[in-house]
Amino acid sequence: MTHMTLPSLIPVIPELALALMIMALLMFGVFRGDGSTRAVSWLSIIALVVTIVLVGMGPTEKTVAMNNMFVTDGFARVFKTLTLLGSAVALILSFGFNRDHQMERFEYPILVLLATLGMMLMLSANDLMSLYLGIELQSLSLYVIAAFRRDDSRATEAGLKYFVLGAVSSGMLLYGCSLIYGFSGSTNFVGIAKALSGVPHGDVSIGLITGMIFLVAGLAFKVSAVPFHMWAPDVYEGAPTPVTAFFAAAPKVAAIGLFLRAMLSPFGELVTDWRQVIIFIAVASMLLGSFAAINQRNIKRLMAYSSIGHVGFALLGLAAGTQEGVRGVVVYMTIYLVMTLGTFACILSMKREHGMVETIDDLAGLGRTHPAMALMLGIFMFSLAGIPPLAGFFAKFYVFMAAVNAGLYILAVIGMLASCVGAYYYLRVVKVMYFDQPAGAFAPVRGELALVFGATGLFTLFFFVYPAPIMAAAETAARALLP
Amino acid sequence: MDALLRDYLPIIIFLGIAIGLAGVMIGLPFIAAKLKPDTEKLSAYECGFDPFSDSRKQFDVRFYLVAILFIIFDLEVAFLFPWAVTLGENGVYGFWSMMAFLGVLTIGFIYEWNKGALEWE
Amino acid sequence: MVIATIAFYLFAAVTVAAATMVIASRNPVHSVLFLILAFFSSAGLFVLMGAEFLAMILVIVYVGAVAVLFLFVVMMLDINFVELRQGFLQYLPVGGLVGLILLVELFLIIGGWVSAPQASQVAATPIVEGVTNTRAIGQVLYTKYIYLFQVAGLILLVAMIGAIVLTLRHRPGVRRQSSMQQLGRRRDQAVELKKVKPGQGV
Repeated sequence: MTHMTLPSLIPVIPELALALMIMALLMFGVFRGDGSTRAVSWLSIIALVVTIVLVGMGPTEKTVAMNNMFVTDGFARVFKTLTLLGSAVALILSFGFNRDHQMERFEYPILVLLATLGMMLMLSANDLMSLYLGIELQSLSLYVIAAFRRDDSRATEAGLKYFVLGAVSSGMLLYGCSLIYGFSGSTNFVGIAKALSGVPHGDVSIGLITGMIFLVAGLAFKVSAVPFHMWAPDVYEGAPTPVTAFFAAAPKVAAIGLFLRAMLSPFGELVTDWRQVIIFIAVASMLLGSFAAINQRNIKRLMAYSSIGHVGFALLGLAAGTQEGVRGVVVYMTIYLVMTLGTFACILSMKREHGMVETIDDLAGLGRTHPAMALMLGIFMFSLAGIPPLAGFFAKFYVFMAAVNAGLYILAVIGMLASCVGAYYYLRVVKVMYFDQPAGAFAPVRGELALVFGATGLFTLFFFVYPAPIMAAAETAARALLP
Repeated sequence: MDALLRDYLPIIIFLGIAIGLAGVMIGLPFIAAKLKPDTEKLSAYECGFDPFSDSRKQFDVRFYLVAILFIIFDLEVAFLFPWAVTLGENGVYGFWSMMAFLGVLTIGFIYEWNKGALEWE
Repeated sequence: MVIATIAFYLFAAVTVAAATMVIASRNPVHSVLFLILAFFSSAGLFVLMGAEFLAMILVIVYVGAVAVLFLFVVMMLDINFVELRQGFLQYLPVGGLVGLILLVELFLIIGGWVSAPQASQVAATPIVEGVTNTRAIGQVLYTKYIYLFQVAGLILLVAMIGAIVLTLRHRPGVRRQSSMQQLGRRRDQAVELKKVKPGQGV
């Protein structure tokens, strides 16, 4: 018999607290019935805020727990804070829509919280098994959320598509994990790194590299990078808009964080092997994101392609494989999160008497009918296109700089060209808003939506004035991951 | 490993006999019996009639709900077996580990009971 | 040992044949039945490897529950599978190519196994001699891997919530038996005594 003591729970307090709050909320909701949805939603947001505080209070230096399966460090803290913020704002965005579309059921915020818990576990994964379970907890909740409007055939189709393709990608991920375990003898990130260190580059077994590539493929699906992006446009278009906003924000940030850790922590030695793959994925995503979006009429579909492109840009930083690159990715994802949430707050305000509209042409003349909203949406579009001095420019600037400093000149040039092409369709939205004949006014904007797009718009506009806190956070995150 | 497999030898033999016997019983009529079908023999018996539609009717989605809830608790029970075997070694820690797991699923159970998912209308 | 070898090839052949029939048979119900056969023979393979517990779980959970669920789903969906299958030949080249690549990769990896003999020695949880499979799982699952165990519990919770959210519907106007109400009924609510005068009716 082995002597067993309770493992140290201090590093997992945020996750533990969130899990307990979720269960308490579930009980609260089920005993109070669907009338309690509003209360549960607000309590969920409070739960997320409490978790952010707990994450902030947690240990600052690298701490492993739970038999080395769980790690918390500066990197995890920054990404967890971003994810939790993204989820909280996405919940705020969902209030009005859910009430108008018979989606007001208390399970919605609960499932969002469960998905967020999964993302936190992903970001703290220090073992292939905890990585997989975190991903599954997140994905399973997301599949359900995508199909949450079960009487809407497009939403169910989106959910089913997401589920089937997600299951395939999980299969690839597991296949890769089993190969890695078989050839390195460990599922632990540290163990894998140890098995790889000191091995001459030519002697690394093919099986291990194959496994790693399968892992990359599975993760690329989760961040919707080309060539595993096919689900994103359909799911983004079919799912209810607040769900799309959530999908585009928090899970994407978490998956990118996981991608960074899974590549740099165990496979840091194999950087030359995975870099080629990442470069391919990044270039393909940037190009597809730019070119495929040109012909889109539906703004949610446009945002799907835009997010594919942005993932490509973020992966440039990973391809650099340096501390500077990681810093660039953190800055990129922070700004991406803010811009995306702001844009979706605007999209959710596109409402006429007979219901929501979502084509770009519906935005015609917004500059005259809703000047404030048009201004904010314009700022987001300029920023997404990467035009200085808006935040989106700095996001791209840091990853391009990291790529150039790592010697990836061609990659940086392709990135800049792709962002020029991308600017075309972002600016087309601005043109439609300001220069086309008004297509009729929207219903008055809900207060919380105005608050969200106002705040995020101001952040995007004035990021360059005081970028220091975010840069400092990104710096600590990068230093925690790549000492 | 060998000893383990030897434990399963009776099952293999049993399986072999069962499959063989069943095969013989199904196969024998094909060889031994006289088969002379004609239209009258193959048609529905006297007062019977041919089916109007496919006999496989569409199921209600509620069957699925019951089945999936069953699977979840089936899995939960599957986790109990190794736990029961090693309870003596794992001691209090192992005991409470399982209690926490069961607690989570009990929360789920209360949820589904309260939602009325266990009721058949 | 000869019997074990024969059993292995038997089970393996049946698994592969049944798996082929799952995708090849025209009737979806037959597919599910073949799937059950595939599960059974893989359970046999697990036993041959000494993983008794997994074998039993495969029989209990997969054959007992998952296969039934599949049957429900197949019967629930009113899909014309013959029509669905029409694209089969069209997709055969691409599908075949993907399958072929996977096969080649598998061979590569089996070849690679020989070149990484140290892998099995550094395994995180080595196989302990003289301990049964179920006990070996129990020794690590609830203590060393408690984190994974609890997360698995949460995933099951999500599955529960998800299934209910997506499929549960209450039909309006269904009258349920409420035993509380039945038992809580008192005499004065149920029975009313009336004096009826003769010849006048109620």
